[in-house]
Amino acid sequence: MYTDQVMDHFRNPRNKGKLENYSAVGKVGQVVCGDVMWVYIKVGEDDQGREVISDISWETYGCAAAIATSSMVSEMAKGKSLDEAIDITNREVAEGLGGLPPVKMHCSALAADALNEAIYEYLSQNGREIPEVLEQRHQRVAKQMAVLEKRYQSLLQEQGVSDHGTGSSG
Amino acid sequence: MDRVIYLDHSATTPVAPEVLEAMAPYHREHYGNASSLHVYGRKARSAMEESRGAIAERLGVRAEEIVFTSGATEANNLALVGAAYSSAERRHLVTTAIEHHAVLHTARWLEKLGYSVTFVSPDSSGRVDPQAIGEAVQDDTFLVSVMAGNNELGTTQPIEEIGGLCRERGVLFHTDAVQAFGKVPLAMDSVDLLSASAHKLHGPKGVGLLFVRSGVRLTPLFHGGGHEGGRRSGTENVPGIVGLAKATKISFSEQDESAPRLRALRERLIEGVTRVPGSRLNGHRENSLPHIANFSFEAIEGESLVLKLDEEGIAVSTGSACSSPDLEPSHVLVAIGVPPAMVHGSLRVSTGRETTSEDIERFLEILPRAVESLRAYSPFRVGESDVH
Repeated sequence: MYTDQVMDHFRNPRNKGKLENYSAVGKVGQVVCGDVMWVYIKVGEDDQGREVISDISWETYGCAAAIATSSMVSEMAKGKSLDEAIDITNREVAEGLGGLPPVKMHCSALAADALNEAIYEYLSQNGREIPEVLEQRHQRVAKQMAVLEKRYQSLLQEQGVSDHGTGSSG
Repeated sequence: MDRVIYLDHSATTPVAPEVLEAMAPYHREHYGNASSLHVYGRKARSAMEESRGAIAERLGVRAEEIVFTSGATEANNLALVGAAYSSAERRHLVTTAIEHHAVLHTARWLEKLGYSVTFVSPDSSGRVDPQAIGEAVQDDTFLVSVMAGNNELGTTQPIEEIGGLCRERGVLFHTDAVQAFGKVPLAMDSVDLLSASAHKLHGPKGVGLLFVRSGVRLTPLFHGGGHEGGRRSGTENVPGIVGLAKATKISFSEQDESAPRLRALRERLIEGVTRVPGSRLNGHRENSLPHIANFSFEAIEGESLVLKLDEEGIAVSTGSACSSPDLEPSHVLVAIGVPPAMVHGSLRVSTGRETTSEDIERFLEILPRAVESLRAYSPFRVGESDVH
């Protein structure tokens, strides 16, 4: 069901782990749906004085597609200017992997969102102006996170009510 | 990679060579339609009736109480829907929250048709309290359906007690015995309907059975030539039926030896796997089928663990949402109260006839490394299971 590129990135993930001295981190996803991605970026300057993603890494809890899209988005964003990185779309991430199964397309969306959130955090913590497109995406992600959080809480509650067991097994 | 270690026997099993051998003549020479009058037909019919008789004998029931089907999904549908359609006034079904989808989704379908269903919740080990079943039974309950052993956890149910209780209340009792059939003794006296499938016991895919106690009325799902005593129309799958009979014979005769052997492998598995930091056993340690064990690991997700193990030559399965077509996590793990993070990090290991203790040792050697490699780039750390 996965392309060779997905399996390659899953087996040999690029830029994995937590980045030391990162400038900002973007956190998306929720454990209740099985995918959580944290993307760390380090922002530096290139020869022309543009702000670029000089280093990037990620930590991901999720399926093979989630790991592969994290790896892919990190490769795509590395060395890019912030403006260029903002333009990376989930479609490009999926295309870079030779496509994803339809039910896994949300993984590529998560990867692009996590990168966006990291850039958003970097700009806002430095008191910088947020491009409108980034602000919109941030609002959308925040909304989704709130929905997922609600789902998580209701699941916990449901389990609390339905589990009338006499003991705990672990 | 020399050999893949197959630890997914509750998904399906390899067909035993003796089973294949027994089936082959009914594909090649004796290919007749069991309804035909000529010699080909008679040969096919006699093989089918011999098979029916042999299975009935193993189960200690009458031959005419065995209805062959295309598998357990059909058998479960026939039991639930057939019982619902043939009960005029009774409109209520009792089942559990941890049934296989073949029962669960059939029950939900009946709900859509206007029947009411009570889904009884199990305890945290997956055991259903017979008393809770008793409390759920109403005056208009037409059927109670409780699986013999759970396909994800392995947890077994007190079938005799539930069956006894149903008889007292005058309600039919069905059990989905797909995983238990040929693995542990079945309380045939306690059930009115029982489903089984050949491919879980080293038989072919596409054939199963429903035991229907004499006198139990079921409205057929399939209408046509009136095969199987009018209970299931459709030309009989004679080679499959012969295979099912052979597989049943082998499984039942080796049961006394295989059950303790598989149980010992399971114990070793539990002991070894639960040594991995941040792991837990899902299900009941003792009240379980001998061949299934289910675990969860903190901070990692099941689909990636399955693929990581696949890379290392181990075939297992998971109840993670990411592995299911509807992206819903295992309803069984949710029902027994496994925390959301651990539901996605589940792994089902199921052994079979050809599994050796060397296979288990190899698995136990590879597993911790696979878990660690995924944890190395997880945003969560072991012991922080509440992070979400």
